[in-house]
Amino acid sequence: MQALLSDSVMLARLQFAFTISFHILFPAFTIGLAGFIATLEILYLRTGRPHYAVLSRLWTKVFAVSFAMGVVSGIVLSYQFGTNWSRFSLVVGNTIGPLIGYEVLTAFFLEATFLGILLFGRDKVPRWLHALSAVLVAVGTAISAFWILSANSWMQTPAGHTIRDGIAYPASWFEIIFNPSFPYRFAHMLNAAYLTASVVVLAVGARYLLAGRFTEEGRTMMRMGLGMVAILAPLQLFIGDLHGLNTAAHQPAKLAAMEAHWDGASPAPFVFFAWPDEKNERNRYEVSVPALGSLVIKHDPKGLFPGLSDFPREERPPVFPVFVAFRVMVAVGLALIASGLVGAWLWWRGRLFDTRWYLRLVAPMWPLGFIAILTGWIVTEVGRQPWIATGILRTADAISPVPAGSVAASLLAFVVVYTVVFGVGIFYVRRLLGRGPVAAMHGTEGALPNRPLAAAQSALNEDTLEKGR
Amino acid sequence: MAPLEYSLPVIWALLIGTASILYVVLDGFDLGVGILFPFFPEEKQRDLMMNSVAPYWDGNETWLVMGGGGLWVAFPLAYSIIMPAVYLPIIALLLALIFRGVAFEFRWTAKPHHRKWDLSFAGGSIAAAFSQGLVLGALLQGIHVADGRFAGGPFDWLTPFSVFTGLALVVGYAMIGAGWLMLKTEGEVAQKARRYARPLYLALLAAIGVVSVWTPFEIPRIAERWFAWPNLLYLSPVPLITMIVAAWGWRAIRRGSSAQPFFAAVALFLLAFVGLVISNVPYLVPPSVTVWQAAAAPTSQVFLLIGAVLLLPIILVYSGFVYWVFRGKINDETGYHH
Repeated sequence: MQALLSDSVMLARLQFAFTISFHILFPAFTIGLAGFIATLEILYLRTGRPHYAVLSRLWTKVFAVSFAMGVVSGIVLSYQFGTNWSRFSLVVGNTIGPLIGYEVLTAFFLEATFLGILLFGRDKVPRWLHALSAVLVAVGTAISAFWILSANSWMQTPAGHTIRDGIAYPASWFEIIFNPSFPYRFAHMLNAAYLTASVVVLAVGARYLLAGRFTEEGRTMMRMGLGMVAILAPLQLFIGDLHGLNTAAHQPAKLAAMEAHWDGASPAPFVFFAWPDEKNERNRYEVSVPALGSLVIKHDPKGLFPGLSDFPREERPPVFPVFVAFRVMVAVGLALIASGLVGAWLWWRGRLFDTRWYLRLVAPMWPLGFIAILTGWIVTEVGRQPWIATGILRTADAISPVPAGSVAASLLAFVVVYTVVFGVGIFYVRRLLGRGPVAAMHGTEGALPNRPLAAAQSALNEDTLEKGR
Repeated sequence: MAPLEYSLPVIWALLIGTASILYVVLDGFDLGVGILFPFFPEEKQRDLMMNSVAPYWDGNETWLVMGGGGLWVAFPLAYSIIMPAVYLPIIALLLALIFRGVAFEFRWTAKPHHRKWDLSFAGGSIAAAFSQGLVLGALLQGIHVADGRFAGGPFDWLTPFSVFTGLALVVGYAMIGAGWLMLKTEGEVAQKARRYARPLYLALLAAIGVVSVWTPFEIPRIAERWFAWPNLLYLSPVPLITMIVAAWGWRAIRRGSSAQPFFAAVALFLLAFVGLVISNVPYLVPPSVTVWQAAAAPTSQVFLLIGAVLLLPIILVYSGFVYWVFRGKINDETGYHH
């Protein structure tokens, strides 16, 4: 403990890992949810069926709470580059700083501004403009993902730059933005975001059906959620495979850690379980299938790829977290594929809404997408170590001239505040979903005293609900 | 210095200055509304106050990201020196913004158990304003730099002067917030805002006066900038215009005008900002690093400048559009929570 409290690098890393892990949950969810809400708004615009509007209202409330948490936790990150990682800011500021700048200009303002109309403008602007605002928010969140993943991918696989006096200078913006790992990482993450939100929608729909409440809305949610999961989950396997091949080509040490593969001279087994022993360069308690690893990575059972022992110790990432996180992510992915396919089959047989074991199976699945996202990011970020920007700057050299005490104090403050504030926020999201669509419409308004309009609105909403059934 | 290498950093300094002042004015009124929360204990009034800023706060706060992000992109050296130097106030600011920001949504979801989020909103707003003032004060007093890095201690920012600028910003934002409430609400809330506006306005003027006297007394380079001949002559319009605006705002509050007090407070902030810029040009990190020394590679500055020139006008148009959509005064009945 004493050693940790004086280790500025470790404290700064913990702080970044903690704040970004909390943060990523919210944008990942809201990117997908924005697409869902925009779809609902467009369906409502085209069909006029009120239950699309009812659903849009419910999920917009959930979106608003989640987005607020994403915004405030995101500002923390944009300033953390400077507070904890000032050397990093200086060394790579010329190359990836402008990418973040473009994120602000093309995405942040768009999202934040049209969110105002989406949340508060339902009765103030024409229906088409409200739907357009939902679309613009969804587009904004996706553009934001584009830039931030470009910047992150550049840190993984830098390109298009030259180094002078230890500082990276831009040579080709095209090569910087579309660096070798970017297309795969972007596709993988964006798909993960839509998949995560789809799983939540599916699970909540199943919950309503199980409880026998809001059945019309529950069915729509299950159809929309399941339709997406059945397509996106298998697609994610395909994208993930391509991303893995890209990692093999550009970040071989990370790949070796993902597979806990030590000896590059022989074909790799596929390790289902093991306790990687970094000191003795081997796996303990290994359960594996010979040659399957090579088949997965090289698409050839005899294929060879570098093992961890081929890299000097100071060039290897920590093996254990990368190896375990990768397995958890893949397991979640396979579970999602299976539940998507089973659900699609039941749907095709016309039994989706009556098969209670399936509803019970998917109802608690809502956190799975988030788990896959967090473990996936552990794989890619811990796997990049010991570099913060591969080959350009080591993590240990990237920190600010700030005493460890300041970093420790702020880390403690972040842990306390995030746990309390975002813990309550997640509780509120669950409560909103638990209350369901009707309460979402006049639950809060009903709490305001002396509001004749709210009462009128409630009556109107009940009316629309009736028509929707 | 080549013309491009001379002018690019100047253009970027102007852009970041513009983003900063837009942030201060725009987030100023919604932080101000939060600062005034304790003086409006009734739930109905608080609902109205929050509704008056809810559609805009997120867009407003984006200017803070633009300012911070812009500083990193255009002046990575300045960013890498300033952020470690004001580490603790920045962390306090970020935490305060969390409490303030989530309250907008949590408060409605928590009803009728929303008191804690009232506290979160007010406390977050006050702490955010105070931290920003601390950062401003620390920057004005100067940052200790050696070998292109921050070389001071973790509490260098804490001085009587920075505490004063912290308090001054709380008062200033509260005044803009009161102006906003007069502009956007009617009835009890507007009347109460007008009552509080008088002492707040006087306190804001006093704070501007104190900082204007304190800085040249304490920092010789600033005294020289303002009082050396012929600067005294050229710069004299700044205090003169400030006095005229001050008188206009005071009359507007007393006459009961609904829009003018807000714009007078905004004008005072703009003038104070101009004064600070004059005091510190050409330093980005007073008293040692200039805009040219801190500048990023010209290609980086040009690359983002193209985007800024193309996109900022569009951003201003659609931001303005949202203010237009929600134009007019709001009252109890037109509270538009989703």
